[in-house]
Amino acid sequence: MNALLKLFLAFLKIGAFSFGGGYAVVSLIQEEIIESNGWISPEDFIDIVAIAEMTPGPIAVNSSTFVGYKLGALTGSAIATLAVVLVPITISLFVSVYYNKFKDMKQVAWVIRGIRPATLGLIAAACIKIGKVSVVDIKGVAIALLVFLGVYKLKINPIIAILISGGLGVLLYGVM
Amino acid sequence: MLTDIFLTFFKIGSFTIGGGYAMLPIIQREVVENKKWLGEEEFLDSIAVTNSLPGPLAINCATFVGYKKAGIKGAISAALGAVMPSFLIILTIAVFFGTIKENPVIEYIFAGIRPAVVALIAYALVKLVKSMGVNIVNTSISLAVLLSILLLNFHPIVTIVICGSLGFFLFRKEEKA
Repeated sequence: MNALLKLFLAFLKIGAFSFGGGYAVVSLIQEEIIESNGWISPEDFIDIVAIAEMTPGPIAVNSSTFVGYKLGALTGSAIATLAVVLVPITISLFVSVYYNKFKDMKQVAWVIRGIRPATLGLIAAACIKIGKVSVVDIKGVAIALLVFLGVYKLKINPIIAILISGGLGVLLYGVM
Repeated sequence: MLTDIFLTFFKIGSFTIGGGYAMLPIIQREVVENKKWLGEEEFLDSIAVTNSLPGPLAINCATFVGYKKAGIKGAISAALGAVMPSFLIILTIAVFFGTIKENPVIEYIFAGIRPAVVALIAYALVKLVKSMGVNIVNTSISLAVLLSILLLNFHPIVTIVICGSLGFFLFRKEEKA
């Protein structure tokens, strides 16, 4: 199959099933772009997640632009980005048009009540898979624990936490 | 009008760092208070609805507001406006990413950031568990999804479809009972 078509279809799928926002989509992207297609390395993907956290825009959109660029430069990034938002925009449009009917559809609420706890499982899976790749030594364990306590107990802003951990990286891996 | 819609959502899209709920107050200020395109209640309704759809909340919400204001063309202008800033920023980063990564200092920075990403995801998970409420049905579904992905190599889409169907039958029954 044509590479760009494959790229389009992969991100169309990711967009169509991106329930639960942000991190829930991470396992889906991992499956499609790392495990099934090997388009980028697990390390590069984690770097994209970090970059996505610090720049505007949803993780799904950010990774589509990035992977698309890697596979097909400007055309690739435009195709992948369009693909990932196509189904969500289409569905939102339908719902806007038929809003009054949709609002009262109990069926949708039932389905969502099943999907919502599933997204927690997806996030947990993403966390473990990313952990295996990114926490490789005792220094990594220390950084992860510090950041967790920082954001959880001290309510540090995640972007600040990322900047601090970058500094710790230079200190622990570069200087020491 | 279409330009106005596009620019408004371009502006919103430029400031949605941190994703999801972090940008709701920004959208609200622009769309409800400044532009008065939607009433307060209408806005909250639109969030409740678009939140249950697949896709990023910001883009779904943009599509909804754009449609209300100017029909299908409005919806498309709004959605494109919301996507454009992140597209341009990541494109710029992607162009220089290969060169930047060859610098050893940058590699150290990312070596420090990678474990932080795990911690941030774990934190998001803890917050979600608290907000969803722990009960037998929720916990079993979450654990089943986790194990089927990690141990049985299920595709995430398969688990979403199964859980959606399960929810449909389970909660329909509950309602009838």
